[in-house]
Amino acid sequence: MKKVFSLLLLLTFLLTGCQTGIPKEALELTPQSLEMRQFQTRYFDTDSEQTLLVSSAGLLQDLGFNIDESETELGFILGTKERGAIRAAQVTGAVVVALLGGGIMAIDKTQKMRACIVTHPYGESKDKIAVRVTFQRIVWNTQGQITTRECIDNPEVYQEFFTKLSKAVFLEANQI
Amino acid sequence: MKLTTTGLFCCAITAMIFISGCATTQQRLLDSDSSQVQIRSIQSRAFDTTAREKTLRTVIATLQDLGFVIDEADLMLGTVTATKLNRYALRITVSIRPRGETQTLVRANCQYEDKPVYDPSPYQQFFTSLGKAMFLAAHQVD
Repeated sequence: MKKVFSLLLLLTFLLTGCQTGIPKEALELTPQSLEMRQFQTRYFDTDSEQTLLVSSAGLLQDLGFNIDESETELGFILGTKERGAIRAAQVTGAVVVALLGGGIMAIDKTQKMRACIVTHPYGESKDKIAVRVTFQRIVWNTQGQITTRECIDNPEVYQEFFTKLSKAVFLEANQI
Repeated sequence: MKLTTTGLFCCAITAMIFISGCATTQQRLLDSDSSQVQIRSIQSRAFDTTAREKTLRTVIATLQDLGFVIDEADLMLGTVTATKLNRYALRITVSIRPRGETQTLVRANCQYEDKPVYDPSPYQQFFTSLGKAMFLAAHQVD
């Protein structure tokens, strides 16, 4: 009887485990949303959305991204790239575990990085263009399992990106 | 009571029925267990505007505010698909089409990890955010 009971309990866990749904805040605006928008956006004094998009595509290539998708009429470009994700600390940890006889530990191996650029005319007379960039990454370990899925929320990343974008706009304008 | 082989066997069968009872490939492919009318009503709202490009651009901006990265966008088709990665993966497709002479119908469908989202509240939150960004109210449609 006990066995049947524990089996049923296990089954209940398995089945309810199936039903973990979408987090409540997944589609809700939070105070952080506004903060993220601020450091992910820069405004350029130009009325040519096309020029900015061309510069952005050029910049993505400078940064080693391939362009996956674009819809210029909506001011949208998506670039992705794959890079190594091996971290020294994690490798050291795995070596220590192996030496202690703990077997082979999976460590992060590769990552896919995605950059999405969206432009839109801004201001009363539409004499400015807002550029918003967002980054995401997915990390796989040596066993091919996904270990990390996240958006990149480090403001310094965005700061460096926009410094480079200003440079790209300048380079495009001077046809370099 | 001692657990007999037959008892265990019955348990295993019941478990299999429960688990496989989740869905066949056909049911998964066509999401046959869901009602088309009900889903449309949960996933759609009408907005008092006919500006197609502006609506799509606002959809894109709202999705970015919600932490999504845009995967695809098509002005002619009127669709935007985006993914949010925040430990979980949430994928959304938003489509727009004219509704009558003065309105635009916006529809969104979500996939959380490997499951469809039928819960009305996330959609409600999305349309509330979109409405704020459009400076328009989202009307429920029948």
